[in-house]
Amino acid sequence: MQTEESLKKRAKAALRKEAAYGEKFDLDEYSIAPKETKYTDNLNELDEKSQRTLLNVGVVPSGEGRGGSLVMVDNAISHSSVSDREIELMPLHFAMQKHDWLKDYSWNLVPVDADKYTATSYLENANGYFIRAPEGVKTKLPIQTCLLMGSKDVSQTVHNIVIVEENARLDVITGCSTSSDVDKAMHLGISEMYVKKGGTLNFTMIHNWAEQIGVRPRTVIHLEEGATFINNYVTLKAVKSIQSYPTARLTGKGAFARFNTIAVAHPGSELDLGSRVIFDAPDTKAELVSRTITTGGTVIARGEMIGNAVQSKGHLECHGLVLNSKGTQRAIPILEANVDDIELTHEAAVGRIAREQVEYLMARGLSEEEAVGMIVRGFLDVGISGIPDELQKDIDETIAQIGKSAM
Amino acid sequence: MLEVKDLTVEVGGKELLKDVNLKVEKGYTNIILGPNGAGKTALLMTLMGFSGYKIVSGQILFKGEDITHMSIDERATRGIGIMTQRPPNMTGVKLKNLLKLIAGDKDMEQMAESLDMIRFMERDINVGFSGGEIKRSELLQLAAQSPCIYLFDEPESGVDLMSIDIIGSTINDLVHGDSTCPGDRKGHGKSALIITHTGKILDYIEADRAYVLCNGTIMCEGNPREMLQEIKENGYEECITCKLKKA
Repeated sequence: MQTEESLKKRAKAALRKEAAYGEKFDLDEYSIAPKETKYTDNLNELDEKSQRTLLNVGVVPSGEGRGGSLVMVDNAISHSSVSDREIELMPLHFAMQKHDWLKDYSWNLVPVDADKYTATSYLENANGYFIRAPEGVKTKLPIQTCLLMGSKDVSQTVHNIVIVEENARLDVITGCSTSSDVDKAMHLGISEMYVKKGGTLNFTMIHNWAEQIGVRPRTVIHLEEGATFINNYVTLKAVKSIQSYPTARLTGKGAFARFNTIAVAHPGSELDLGSRVIFDAPDTKAELVSRTITTGGTVIARGEMIGNAVQSKGHLECHGLVLNSKGTQRAIPILEANVDDIELTHEAAVGRIAREQVEYLMARGLSEEEAVGMIVRGFLDVGISGIPDELQKDIDETIAQIGKSAM
Repeated sequence: MLEVKDLTVEVGGKELLKDVNLKVEKGYTNIILGPNGAGKTALLMTLMGFSGYKIVSGQILFKGEDITHMSIDERATRGIGIMTQRPPNMTGVKLKNLLKLIAGDKDMEQMAESLDMIRFMERDINVGFSGGEIKRSELLQLAAQSPCIYLFDEPESGVDLMSIDIIGSTINDLVHGDSTCPGDRKGHGKSALIITHTGKILDYIEADRAYVLCNGTIMCEGNPREMLQEIKENGYEECITCKLKKA
């Protein structure tokens, strides 16, 4: 049993502990992000620029087509509302007061002393969102949350807990972004997700940072028998450095996890993106799909499957496009089987767009730029649903620019 | 419509075509016969402008314009359309999306239906397609493109008997439209250059002139049916001898 005191002690001891991967950031260079902000009753009342910022990460200000919304600016909650009365959505601090049992879920999957980023988030008593789908409740509309960096030169610390109770279903869209005047900042985000027996969690995260932002998410998902977790992660805009390695633990028979990663590394960006699945129960399955593009930045696509239980099946697919000679793609697939009756496979391919594909489309009358754009769009399309039109438009524009950079 | 003058082409430093001369007039359907490795595919790929086919000398004229060094899309937009033998797998590119882009305002629904391609609209082009499905998808795209000249590289190869009927008659419809009498064909105005190894395609479309390509050189030209018959009887050896005799 971890007590507050023991956690604090461990966290303090880990304050200088570097992460295993990614560029090292000195957190002393960043002040703690403000813990207070103006509360907004209605996201529609935000100025046009802020509304666009939300829309571009999939968060609909009107709340239309969404079951609830929570917005965090820096380290403070600026909005929380829920229209789907069956779902619990509230700031984590509030939920911790409301539910005494929640402390057993907090800092349970992500260790406080994993590295200095988790330690700092713990010691800052990070707030975030709490979402819970009670037993048997199936959301019709996704819940949306937005984590926004509102101040310069600060570190934002976030702690989220998501619980899908038995046979429930929850769809979540999370958008992370920066206010237009923020160029340099750190985002530290802890997410602990529980999908209980027969439950389904469909989690889509869209990152839209700025050129000097460092991003260190720390996510662990715990799946019970027959549970399903689908993770869609999209980051198409410039950023300084993102390093994340979310881990799904399949602890119950028949559990299934899928990670879709879509990322573009612009010049100056380092994206160290992994996903890990640990097969701890028989008959579990996982698919890890990563489609990444570099237009001049560095992509490290990690994928790891650790098989500890029989009759498990996992497939890992890392495809990376290098659109010009300034960029780097490194695919690091890791497969580990610790039992005999198991099937773990991977395919990885990095390189440029096949010339014959471009020419095929050109022979139909498309210009080279249009042809590359069409191939890139297809490459990145892994079928993510629930993306609002505005975001889709923004994605299309980004892809058009990517097409140009390949010329 | 299309004129090739003294065309010499290298692929990977190796000369595949040597001083090739041929013509396809407006409304004409010409065929190219020749044994394996004669350079038939290299000729069509060069006419379309695909990379890897280096023009060492000679000229390609299209509607009087020199297109020898034009990009592929420039040739396509001027009215050249091609069906290659082995188009690449277009992972992520859905047939529906490409078709919409090529067709513009044209309604392709009926054409897609007659080629039995409706159920392939949401599929990635060529990925997991059978030989016949690839050809039908290519024809659908060509129909949307509606070029002035069609280049077909062995349209009957790798196709099952069921598909060959639909492919052959669609090619005839595209190139010749409704007109059946040879004199009237030219009025339709579409031209075609068809590579055929077996001549099977002549069961579906009337051709005006045949060229025989051997070792990268045009050996002779003449009436398609007569030449095909002769090749069937005597093989390509006869062409080479014939050429030697002429020389």
